[in-house]
Amino acid sequence: MNDMTPTREAREAKLEGMGCKRKRVEDVRFTQGRGNYVDDIKLPAMLYGDMVRSSYAHARVKRIDTSKAEKVPGVVAVITAETLKTVNLAWMPTLAGDVQMVLADGKVLFQNQEVAFVVATSLQAAADGVELVEVDYEELPVIVDPFKSMAADAPVLREDLAGKTEGAHGKRDHHNHIFKWQVGDKPLTDEAFNRADVKIDELISYHRTHPSPLETCQCVASFDKIKGELTLWGTFQAPHVIRTVVSLISKLPEHKIHVIAPDVGGGFGNKVGAYSGYVCAVVASIVTGRPVKWVEDRMENLSTTSFARDYHMRTEIAATKDGKVTGLRVHILADHGAFDACADPSKWPAGFSNIITGSYDFPVAHLCVDGVYTNKAPGGVAYRCSFRVTEAAYAIERGMDILAQKLGMDPAELRLKNFIKREQFPYQSALGWEYDSGDYHTALNKALVAVDYAGLRAEQKAKREAFKRGETREIMGLGICFFTEIVGAGPSKNCDILGLAMFDSCEIRIHPTGSAIARVGTKSTGQGHETTWAQIIASEIGIAASEIMVEEGNTDTAPYGLGTYGSRSTPVAGAAIAMASRKIKAKAQMIAAWLLEVHEDDLVFDIDRFQVKGVPERYKTMTDIAWVAYHSPPPGMEPGLEAVSYYDPPNMTYPFGAYICVMDIDVDTGVAKTRRFYALDDCGTRINPMIIEGQVHGGLTEAFAISMGQEIRYDEMGNVMGASFMDFFLPTAVETPHWETDHTVTPSPHHPIGAKGVGESPNVGGVPAFSNAVNDAFSFLGSTHIQMPHDAWRLWKVAEKLGVTG
Amino acid sequence: MAKINVTMTVNGEEVSGLAEPRTLLVHFIRETLNLTGTHIGCETSHCGACTIDLDGVSVKSCTRFAVQAEGSHIRTIEGIAHADGTLHQLQESFRQMHGLQCGYCTPGMILRAWRLLQENPRPSEDEIRHGISGNLCRCTGYQNIVKSIQHAAAALNGETFAEAAQ
Ligand code: FES
Ligand code: FES
Repeated sequence: MNDMTPTREAREAKLEGMGCKRKRVEDVRFTQGRGNYVDDIKLPAMLYGDMVRSSYAHARVKRIDTSKAEKVPGVVAVITAETLKTVNLAWMPTLAGDVQMVLADGKVLFQNQEVAFVVATSLQAAADGVELVEVDYEELPVIVDPFKSMAADAPVLREDLAGKTEGAHGKRDHHNHIFKWQVGDKPLTDEAFNRADVKIDELISYHRTHPSPLETCQCVASFDKIKGELTLWGTFQAPHVIRTVVSLISKLPEHKIHVIAPDVGGGFGNKVGAYSGYVCAVVASIVTGRPVKWVEDRMENLSTTSFARDYHMRTEIAATKDGKVTGLRVHILADHGAFDACADPSKWPAGFSNIITGSYDFPVAHLCVDGVYTNKAPGGVAYRCSFRVTEAAYAIERGMDILAQKLGMDPAELRLKNFIKREQFPYQSALGWEYDSGDYHTALNKALVAVDYAGLRAEQKAKREAFKRGETREIMGLGICFFTEIVGAGPSKNCDILGLAMFDSCEIRIHPTGSAIARVGTKSTGQGHETTWAQIIASEIGIAASEIMVEEGNTDTAPYGLGTYGSRSTPVAGAAIAMASRKIKAKAQMIAAWLLEVHEDDLVFDIDRFQVKGVPERYKTMTDIAWVAYHSPPPGMEPGLEAVSYYDPPNMTYPFGAYICVMDIDVDTGVAKTRRFYALDDCGTRINPMIIEGQVHGGLTEAFAISMGQEIRYDEMGNVMGASFMDFFLPTAVETPHWETDHTVTPSPHHPIGAKGVGESPNVGGVPAFSNAVNDAFSFLGSTHIQMPHDAWRLWKVAEKLGVTG
Repeated sequence: MAKINVTMTVNGEEVSGLAEPRTLLVHFIRETLNLTGTHIGCETSHCGACTIDLDGVSVKSCTRFAVQAEGSHIRTIEGIAHADGTLHQLQESFRQMHGLQCGYCTPGMILRAWRLLQENPRPSEDEIRHGISGNLCRCTGYQNIVKSIQHAAAALNGETFAEAAQ
């Protein structure tokens, strides 16, 4: 008979469902060195590929001589654009509607561009081969400054586009122009500016940087000539999309392509795109009939496979004299490098940068974005943020601080005055979004109390006086950021990639003994999906998370999904998981009703079982039900207990947060010390607080890196400066500040479990918080806006310019 | 290029293999010994993903040639668990304290922490932060790695771990 011994609490605890700090299942293998990353794959007769790269940023390729390289012992083949032309693959389409050279075809357009691919029996032999490929270049004039890109006499970068006045996103105004994208009401916005009491107008640049996960991009391609099948293991954040892209460009039928993303060592946007190395490995495997591995080194990673940001945002805000914002006008110059290979949904050439009105109730706004070509690496990926959202958040959050300074108003007060109010949600923004839910006042007020904001301002005032009296050489800054993200791309009505609607998916199979496997269209690159997805299912259908295996990344077994980036996993796949669970639950309820001989409506679900209303001792657990589903289903019912769901979200989700950074800067050295960093996040329903906190720590650390030093810089010859960990700033445990985390919970009204996504919020909110702290510190000395990154040398230069260095 | 026979003791077992003079130790460990738990993040001695223990010190194995390790005693992540298969306290603590996300830096971090706790069984937070500063992590922001090491240190010393108040 039914055993009533475990208490409800014990049953609940056993589930380890949503809200619980479940320890991660992934860690068991990772802590023992038993992960299976791409570079760990070793196949019989496998070859190794290595790239010959351009030393010039812009040059004509006069001749490529591979004969010496081919004679190196161990070198099996050298592939050039000429080889690729035989299979029509010298160029490939990009996700942004442009085309991109796989290997240099006639010219090179950025330094370290892929020129030839050497395939050999060992890593070392491949490297020897690379050394001996001879390339003759004829240098061409270089453009690295996007502001010079559209000068009348600017050199033509993309000769392949000669005469094309239309691009994928409309009219091109110049040979180096990619697109112009506009949104909002220009006349009304201009009018608001004409009437404004107060205006700010500032060029706010967000410099070029790189996601740089600890594992670089890599793949193993294995073509089976007999079966005509290709298996491609790779560091892919979106394995299904890669399968479709490979099929489209190689003309191999999609069912004969098996794409597998095994364990991936971090992604942060770097592993969304399709890169030359992947195409070359696939072609090399087809040509040689052997598996080919390609692993980029760190220099290649930092200088070729994607970059992020490089947005130059002229930001204007109009306001009344008492600090009510009345209009926002922004022009963005977007440097996309040599090819437009941004990983944005098709209709959004500038991503969701129209989230730029932020958390504020702007009655009118206008945004115009011009994308241009330069002699820099292609990319423009969403580095730990939704598409171009961090750029937008930076511009508006810096802009609000600049406005506060101009008004002589406290930046917190200015924000509170202009926030969208709780009762205004769902809120239609002036630039076209419908914000789902929010409670901004509560969040910011909680943050202000938590850090004793008034006390900090008083301390700052005293310190400034002391500085002026010459008693200290340290200045103090308080950086506030209140960001609103837009994540969870996205509804099919406005989001697709290569025509694929941006849904996501989940398939759940309950086994006869009551355990389960769930397969999902996303791909964890460290977020812990194997742990959290099981928690959603556990809460939804009452099977313990420990009895649910989650599998992702294998396109043969997982349902089609658009992958993991733009914080879309929880908003989209998380919803698919809940919906698939609910289908199973509905069938389970029918079985339980039949077993208990009651009507379905007479049952209630309680943690792990259906029980008869008012008679809790009459119940069937999910384990009982699973067995019956396979053993003796009710008459007329199909056996089995499984479901699949493809979820097309009705809207995006809009996580938000209040971050406060307290910083002390030594004006004589430019060294900035983060004294305190407080981060309050509202990501709606919280699935696993431990993992959320970990995500916030990680994202804040990346924000710290980006704002305080990390940069991909070019000299005027187009040489990429510092594409190594020697020069590219990745903070160690010593520099990284201590993070304080906090939260409020405002569920998303349209998401089945109310979750909004969190992985990227800390990067989006963190960068403005750091930069605002730096700017706030210097503001009393007459400074308005200091460009990032804020490394010690640059801050010292600022201090020197302001005449306050010792 | 001619290959040389190299012999070393790895995780308590004597092993040998052929290596070119220029073969990096990390490649020898991964490709010849098939111990893929030791990772590569840069090959330029910056990231620490390749950290192993060599003759009693933490070493970035991309910084050595395989032939330089002739006769040495090496420990990799595969040799950290106890002989009976139970996990080392550090492995347990990293899981308990959420000291890893993608797991790519983890073997190197654990190997470094393993040596650190032998050099200094009761490290302060500051000593831990400096002690692991040769190891980069892109995911965790270090805070929970530090906590994992504190947690392990406490357990290894037979003490209970008191989380520092925020
Ligand atoms: S791979 Fe050895 S330090 Fe990075
Ligand atoms: S856990 Fe991903 S690099 Fe450390």
